[in-house]
Amino acid sequence: MGNLGIIFRRELSSYFATPLAYIFIVIFLITNGIFTFDMGGFYLRGQADLLPFFSFHPWLYLFMVPAIAMTLWADERKTGTIELLLTLPIKLSEAVIGKFLAAWILMGIALALTFPIWITVNYLGDPDNGVIVAGYLGSWFMAGGFLAIGSCMSACTKNSVIAFILTVAICFTFVIMGSPILLNAFPEWVPQFLVDAFTALGFLTHFDSISKGVLDIRDILYFTVFITAWLFASAIVIEMKKAN
Amino acid sequence: MIEIIQLTKKFEQFAAVDNLSFNVEEGEVLGFLGPNGAGKSTTMKVITGFLSPSGGSVTVDGYDITRNPIEAKALIGYLPEGAPSYGDMTTIEFLNFIAEIRGFRGEQKTLRVQHVIKEVVLESVAQQTIETLSKGFKRRVGLAQAIMHDPKVLILDEPTDGLDPNQKHHVRELIKNLAKDKIVIISTHILEEVTAVCSRAIIIADGKIVADGTPSKLESQSKYHHAVSVRLNQEYDLAADLAGVPDIGAVEKEEVNSFVILANNATPIFAQVSEIAQSKQWPVTEFHVNRGQLEDVFRAVTAQTQGGE
Repeated sequence: MGNLGIIFRRELSSYFATPLAYIFIVIFLITNGIFTFDMGGFYLRGQADLLPFFSFHPWLYLFMVPAIAMTLWADERKTGTIELLLTLPIKLSEAVIGKFLAAWILMGIALALTFPIWITVNYLGDPDNGVIVAGYLGSWFMAGGFLAIGSCMSACTKNSVIAFILTVAICFTFVIMGSPILLNAFPEWVPQFLVDAFTALGFLTHFDSISKGVLDIRDILYFTVFITAWLFASAIVIEMKKAN
Repeated sequence: MIEIIQLTKKFEQFAAVDNLSFNVEEGEVLGFLGPNGAGKSTTMKVITGFLSPSGGSVTVDGYDITRNPIEAKALIGYLPEGAPSYGDMTTIEFLNFIAEIRGFRGEQKTLRVQHVIKEVVLESVAQQTIETLSKGFKRRVGLAQAIMHDPKVLILDEPTDGLDPNQKHHVRELIKNLAKDKIVIISTHILEEVTAVCSRAIIIADGKIVADGTPSKLESQSKYHHAVSVRLNQEYDLAADLAGVPDIGAVEKEEVNSFVILANNATPIFAQVSEIAQSKQWPVTEFHVNRGQLEDVFRAVTAQTQGGE
């Protein structure tokens, strides 16, 4: 196993060594249940799909993902273990990606544990399971996007609460980028292609199409590039800030 | 061999390490001394590749720490200041993690981890989470991870800070045993430690080297080198008997009936003083030669920089 794998395993097992992973998963499942069945009108809609389930995910992630991401690097710097980690014979990229992957897989586990909802909808009706798989995949990729922002913000500060707040703020911006509230705020003279480009950067534009079952390679590519860019930024910030 | 050439590390405008050059050979145990804020830790962080130098170079066995960081880091075992480790892991989990990163697999890994656990006596806490351990044990866990791969170069930042005298003794013995064919660099501000384990000492102040030599050579720069301490059981005027002897300098009174006779020109004066004492029949209860104290030298060479603060 390479260094990336060793770091990934250490990080993932440390989530489960403390109550953190369990609390995270339980809260994630409960809020998902409330959002889907209560607020999402899962039964009232009378449709065999998981659209109400997925459409709440951006808002759920807005608070859940930064909570996981905030300690990624802030704690390493606070406890001084960053000095231990980065003087081991590993590449910085291995540490950045290994840590990110561990948190991302934790998100994946939490997401996978929502399977009773999928069973329910299959029991009650005859949904298009392809659409549901696409929805899960899109949701997981979006979580990765949030997480990559969180990784970078966590690298910016020793204080994990500050990292949390910064991550929420930036993620919020990316979530509302494609929404009418923000688009209406553009003055008339702004060229349409700029507004389109701005919209194209938002999470919802890409997530909505995936969760409706349109698994466009461009949407997946968007999230992949987005994650890579923010992880790259994380590495640069760590390199700059590790001295203090 | 470690070669440090014109190493400089600047934070903003402030130079924490200023044009530092020295080599360390195999078998040397180098004590790195200096007042707080002198640049000891920063120098170690640059040597271990944690911080990149603003100027100059560090080469470990031919590998430049900035150009070949992975190869250079593989040769180094490092105990950072405060011995940080992952608190939520157990000792054995943490050491297994380090062993894996250091390239040990399977049975080799188990053997290696068992070996370091035995070496620093961690058997009793192997299954405990690190955050529940006492300071001494945490320090030993840090030491265990540093020696995991039997490194050619061992860099320890204040390895005995916060340990009790028994633990200090144990760590020093450990360092002495390890040192044979290795390079060991220890930073400390406990001066007795340098005399106890180091074969060479470098004192730095304001990021510059102000003294470099074996501990005994440094001690000989002390004004108390060759000085004779005398304790008497009643009042007596020593100074009068000693006046006029060319090699004998000032007589300092330490407490009642206790004196230190300083040597001029760094020459041994014990024989002369002892002769005078016998002929004049001093009421002596104690009589011995001082080796000179590292502490004086330390204060003398770093005083200037301290005064400026």
